[in-house]
Amino acid sequence: MSRLRTTTYLAAALAAVGLPALADPLTVSNWDGYMAADAIDSFNSETGNEAELVLHATNEEIMGKLIASKGVGYDVVFVSSPFAEVLNNLGLAETLDHSKIPNIQNLYAEANALEHDPGNSFSVPYAWGTTGLCYRSDLVDAPSSWNDLLKPAEDVAGKTTMLATDRWLLAAGQLALGYSVNETDADKMAKVRDLLIDAKGTLLAYDDTTFYAKLVSGEAELVQAWDGWCNYGIGENADIKYMIPEEGSDLWVDTMVILKASENKDAAYSFVNYILDADNHRWAAENILYKVPNEAAMAGVDASLIETFPNMGMKPADMLGFEQLRDVGEAQRDYSRVVSEIKAAN
Amino acid sequence: MTTDRRPLFLMTPALLWLFGLMVVPCLLILALAFFRRGIYGGIEYTLTLENIALVFDPLYFQIFLKSAGIAGLAAGIACVLGYAAAYAIAAMPRRHQPMLLFFAVLPFWSNYLVRTYAWIVLLNREGLIVNLARWIGYEGELPSMLYTESAVVIGLIYNYLPFVILSCYAPLSRLNPDVAEASRDLGASGWTTFRRVTLPMTVPGIATGFVFVFVLSIGNFVTPALLGGGQFQMIGNLVYAQFLTANDWPFGAALSMVLILVMLGLLIMQATVAERASGGRTRADG
Repeated sequence: MSRLRTTTYLAAALAAVGLPALADPLTVSNWDGYMAADAIDSFNSETGNEAELVLHATNEEIMGKLIASKGVGYDVVFVSSPFAEVLNNLGLAETLDHSKIPNIQNLYAEANALEHDPGNSFSVPYAWGTTGLCYRSDLVDAPSSWNDLLKPAEDVAGKTTMLATDRWLLAAGQLALGYSVNETDADKMAKVRDLLIDAKGTLLAYDDTTFYAKLVSGEAELVQAWDGWCNYGIGENADIKYMIPEEGSDLWVDTMVILKASENKDAAYSFVNYILDADNHRWAAENILYKVPNEAAMAGVDASLIETFPNMGMKPADMLGFEQLRDVGEAQRDYSRVVSEIKAAN
Repeated sequence: MTTDRRPLFLMTPALLWLFGLMVVPCLLILALAFFRRGIYGGIEYTLTLENIALVFDPLYFQIFLKSAGIAGLAAGIACVLGYAAAYAIAAMPRRHQPMLLFFAVLPFWSNYLVRTYAWIVLLNREGLIVNLARWIGYEGELPSMLYTESAVVIGLIYNYLPFVILSCYAPLSRLNPDVAEASRDLGASGWTTFRRVTLPMTVPGIATGFVFVFVLSIGNFVTPALLGGGQFQMIGNLVYAQFLTANDWPFGAALSMVLILVMLGLLIMQATVAERASGGRTRADG
């Protein structure tokens, strides 16, 4: 009897110690609120995996961790396309075996022809969109140009915000001057800097995260915004509208990358495939209000949603007309300096 | 060997803690400052002094000076306000003092971010202060109070004021009332007594409070980000940016090292002031 009890305890103890190791958890890193809240749980219950979600606040934050750990400790990461390029250049991104991602055929043809990774050999697009102007149509005249933000009319000055992230902050100036969003020429960047320093004097704030709330409260009236994030404002106030200035936008693409160092590659592939499922990806789009590059998923999106959030209906072919932000390598250091000069200016 | 080893034994856990979690990371940061940044972030292990040189580049050095200016202003105002509050508390009947001190430190019970956000609610263009002014009948356009340098200074003062109250209260409450009385008996006015007796004896408390606020402010990056609207950088924001957005850890490390040296210098000065003042007081007491 006592021997039986001992064995039982021993078995129980072993199970307690052994189980977590056997379950092979899959670590996914994403931005907060960038997937449907139930995505991880339903993936786990459908596939029997033990995925866990960790969050990063910025691309740079997760890149710092991945570079320091050589990619160990993560299986799938969500990063913007220039950072996916860096992961590939550093040899940290898995070369994708498309036969393990059958749902990849749900993507638009355009989503297989992205500049940063034609054919999606190391990254799979998850969401995409544009960067433009989000404004209160009841308080300001409809803008048409980036200059409406950078050189605002007198009654709008002090009620505008710009994105604080280096690349998008610079992109507003680069586009306004008719340059590439990947321009690195020193003279041209000096012009961008001067334009943005002048613009700074008219800003309410630099803001990456709460600009739509500032529009809702009326604190700001015209802001630089990612289309999907403008939708959060539109959802609260129908007078908020989104537009792409005549000089154009960038095409930003957020991607899923499987790490070469992953020890759970099968589960990682299975996760990427799960996300690309038409229903799951549609559910993601409806939850985060960002366009997804998944034709089958977008076909299922409720028409009333597109009516409320017109930028959800943007055509992939139109979006491909905009240039993507690319990894600029060593010039990133110059970009950082220009941004420091802008932020340090009075 | 008959030395009593108990003090050493008792100190070991704290020393290990400090060494492992304070000294070692600081040394790592120090070492990092002398390497080159890899093209994609990361670190290239070739020795260089260029990061240290870059700290003294006019662009970045100007941010240093600006941060010191803001921190100095916040510390100065906090000292005036804090000293006055501490003086008033110390002048109250002794049984009320613990309660008043409790009120002074009460804000510390809430989160720093929450306290800072509260200022956004108060100061923004559609915020409580503007609405209150409108309610009273003010109709003109009010100047924007939020996302300015003043908002940052206000936020820093508010958050660190309790430190000054506590550090000034300590010497004020220990003052022997007979000394001030003697000064008045000898014909000094109330102001002269304060200026020539009370103030000099409480300088260490002011110095401690000043250095505390200054050191905490100059490295602060949350308050400038939230109340400054990201429109100007303090040195803390610059360090933050090097580690988290520019991925230039070596330069971030170099900036941190210079900042740590500045703070260390100030703390040593403060310790010297305290040492001198307490030496002076011992002689006076004797």
